[in-house]
Amino acid sequence: MARRLQARRLEGTEHNPWVEYVKLAKEYKDSVNLGQGFPNFPPPDFALEAFQQAVTADHMLNQYTSAFGHPPLTKVLASFFGKLLGRELDPVTNVLVTVGAYGALFTAFQALVDEGDEVIIIEPFFDCYEPMTLMAGGHPVFVSLRPVRCWSPSQDQDLDSSSSWQLDATELASKFTPRTKALVLNTPNNPLGKVFSTAELQLVASLCQQHDVLCISDEVYQWLVYDTHEHVSIASLPGMWERTLTIGSAGKTFSVTGWKVGWVLGPDNIMKHLRTMHQNSVYHCATQAQAAVAQCFEREQLLFGQPSSYFVQLPRDMQRCRDHMVRSLQSVGFKPVASQGSYFLTVDISDFKSKMPDLPGAAHEPYDRCFVKWMIKNKGLAAIPVSIFYSRPHQKDFDHYLRFCFVKGEATFQAMDEKLQKWKAELEL
Amino acid sequence: MRNEVSMYLAQRFRFLGNKTKFLTTICSSKTLGFSTYSKMSSKLKNAKRIEGLDSNVWIEFTKLAADPSVVNLGQGLPDISPPTYVKEELSKVAFVDNLNQYTRGFGHPSLVKALSCLYEKLYPNQIDPNKEILVTVGAYGSLFNAIQGLIDAGDEVIIMVPFYDCYEPMVRMAGATPVFIPLRSKAAGEKKWSSSDWTLDSQELESKFNSKTKAIILNTPHNPLGKVYTKEELQLIARLCIKYDALCISDEVYEWLVYTGNKHLKIATFPGMWERTVTVGSAGKTFSVTGWKLGWTIGPHHLIKHAQTVQQNTVYTCTTPLQEALAQALWIDLKRMDDPECYFNSLPKELEVKRDRMVHLLESVGLKPIVPDGGYFIIADVSSLDVDLSDMKKNEPYDYKFVKWMIKNKKLSAIPVSAFCNSETKSQFEKFVRFCFIKKDSTLDAAEEIIKTWNTQRSQRGQCVTISARRPSKDL
Repeated sequence: MARRLQARRLEGTEHNPWVEYVKLAKEYKDSVNLGQGFPNFPPPDFALEAFQQAVTADHMLNQYTSAFGHPPLTKVLASFFGKLLGRELDPVTNVLVTVGAYGALFTAFQALVDEGDEVIIIEPFFDCYEPMTLMAGGHPVFVSLRPVRCWSPSQDQDLDSSSSWQLDATELASKFTPRTKALVLNTPNNPLGKVFSTAELQLVASLCQQHDVLCISDEVYQWLVYDTHEHVSIASLPGMWERTLTIGSAGKTFSVTGWKVGWVLGPDNIMKHLRTMHQNSVYHCATQAQAAVAQCFEREQLLFGQPSSYFVQLPRDMQRCRDHMVRSLQSVGFKPVASQGSYFLTVDISDFKSKMPDLPGAAHEPYDRCFVKWMIKNKGLAAIPVSIFYSRPHQKDFDHYLRFCFVKGEATFQAMDEKLQKWKAELEL
Repeated sequence: MRNEVSMYLAQRFRFLGNKTKFLTTICSSKTLGFSTYSKMSSKLKNAKRIEGLDSNVWIEFTKLAADPSVVNLGQGLPDISPPTYVKEELSKVAFVDNLNQYTRGFGHPSLVKALSCLYEKLYPNQIDPNKEILVTVGAYGSLFNAIQGLIDAGDEVIIMVPFYDCYEPMVRMAGATPVFIPLRSKAAGEKKWSSSDWTLDSQELESKFNSKTKAIILNTPHNPLGKVYTKEELQLIARLCIKYDALCISDEVYEWLVYTGNKHLKIATFPGMWERTVTVGSAGKTFSVTGWKLGWTIGPHHLIKHAQTVQQNTVYTCTTPLQEALAQALWIDLKRMDDPECYFNSLPKELEVKRDRMVHLLESVGLKPIVPDGGYFIIADVSSLDVDLSDMKKNEPYDYKFVKWMIKNKKLSAIPVSAFCNSETKSQFEKFVRFCFIKKDSTLDAAEEIIKTWNTQRSQRGQCVTISARRPSKDL
């Protein structure tokens, strides 16, 4: 064929950083994969049972369900999240079920972002926000979270915290223009693990209101919050429900990333545009997975706040995993940034950078990517370079961090510790 | 816009162990009377790409047909059970822990391998499972990815009328211009009216192609007509695609559902066509599992890679356990393609009987059905029933009014065929109504009951048209 094949909307979106790292992790079969964010332990029994029931019950669950969400699921999402957000949600007009949170984000961008619209993206960001903005003809405007060191004699100097990564209020305000259509918020944040405080959310909220901007709030890790931190949904702040889309994920909620069930909550006048987009893209989502998620939420609704609630057990268990990983990684010289939430731990590799500045890699390749490849080949550990979560111009400023996923089973931690012990021994030689 | 401002009292209800803060509404808005909406309405509006695409025939009609007392022959949704072994494979998969996490974005490895093995039996070339196959969220998702990946603003895309209704909005959303060409019927004469009587005029078709034509969308077997394009018809389309260097998006979701005397042909296997065709398939239609929402696109890597780019920026992956179950089901059937037990053979046999029953039933009340050569729909011209539709909404096409009247008064649902037309051609098809026959016998029995009673009532009022006692014959 002689003519140009691909549509222009794909420009800038073709390259996907994951492809390379997933391939590497597979290639080095002996390596411990702490890169990609998915649990490698089984989902909770009640989730497996829910799916088993959904696939063996009424054979009509093998057929299409309601386009905007399987009624038992939209009903429980409306009631469950209605309580959390402090308002009555209608299952039909305020809830849309999507193909994972990924699908929710795509639907939101396509429904609302126009050619020439600006979208403020807080860095480091989950990498899909940028290509999704571009595919919608939008223009991403980046603003960085930066570590702000607070010196205090009592603070553990070795352990920075994701809470100390902050937005500069003046800088953030300067990013809003008359063309700003939306701001993408991700809390708890991937990759940092930062949980935005109410004060920080109020800053974002007041700017969104002042400039009449939509807030797309990616809250997939809302249950994964540690220590005494609390997840706050920006949609629950005054003046924000009417301009916020809140995105959630069954995959991250119930450790079933492969089910690909997500949702968006929002006001009808905005949600109707997402429904239009949804009915012209995928139209329906898989019925049985939705039925299973509905059953899981019904269980959690009954057990809410109790010790047997998965939303109590999972963060408690993952906190232990996080702490284990922090200690283990510190033993070879990584400097972890204490994660307040999410699946991830970011570590500072500046010391390695100063000791081993010249690792193999392409010209101008950010250091963290060279380090990741070196580490997988030589130390058998796979992680993700944090520069992939930054816009191109800022990658060189943030090329000394790695992201590790600690939502892994016991065997993985043992394997990780073995590799790290070997590494430590090599350092001592 | 509502004048509503919600006031919140920040009260912290800290549940034991729970880390999410609760805020309670204490004062509902209406008493406060001031609005943030007037300012908001100017910016928080939809993107232009979805302008005018909000109405959807399915949303409207599935709602109406949802009443359990209505016999639903509308939406293309089987009420028969999927084959036992398909359900069993899904059931087995549900007990495997490690199939609950993300799989490969472009398609679960065992599934793309099975699809490659299956389709290599039908194509002259080999099909690379990773580069030439993409697994999508149903055939709907497959069409979406192909159009978003390959169609640009300013392109033209040729669509044959009637068309599966999503083609037009998807093409418009890509900023392209749909160019329509109607299928036209020659008079059936003494023979039964068949979907094969509906054809394209070759000169008219060529006149639709020009240098801006990026693609033509082909649907064979065709929804709603049931037409199975012949070798000559496909050769015509192929010749034009090659001449004008255009792509072909071939929607073949009903590829296994062809009836006696017909053969499904894949345009991608015609000379010069593999390199310019993407072919869409559907698990839902293949195994009667529409709720699994899995489809696939097959084509050369230089086309598939763009659909894959769209995938990695839209949903990224499809549901893992369903893909694994589908792979297992495909392995079972692809190993026995000549066996009558293979679902690809048994389902069309089962449906041909139902088709013939529907034809006979519709004829028995004086309707003129178009006997489909494939697919699981049958359309009929209902104007001879001369129903009084004066109570229905004025500004709707005849068939919309008719179907709504029929749902309300006869408790039988169908889909108006003008929903499958663009605005200019609606009048050509507004006397036709589409019935779905992939239904269990009791559903068809209930439909028969309704239709027979209706006919009796009409004869009592002296409205009966001469009832033809013709039995369905195979020599169509």
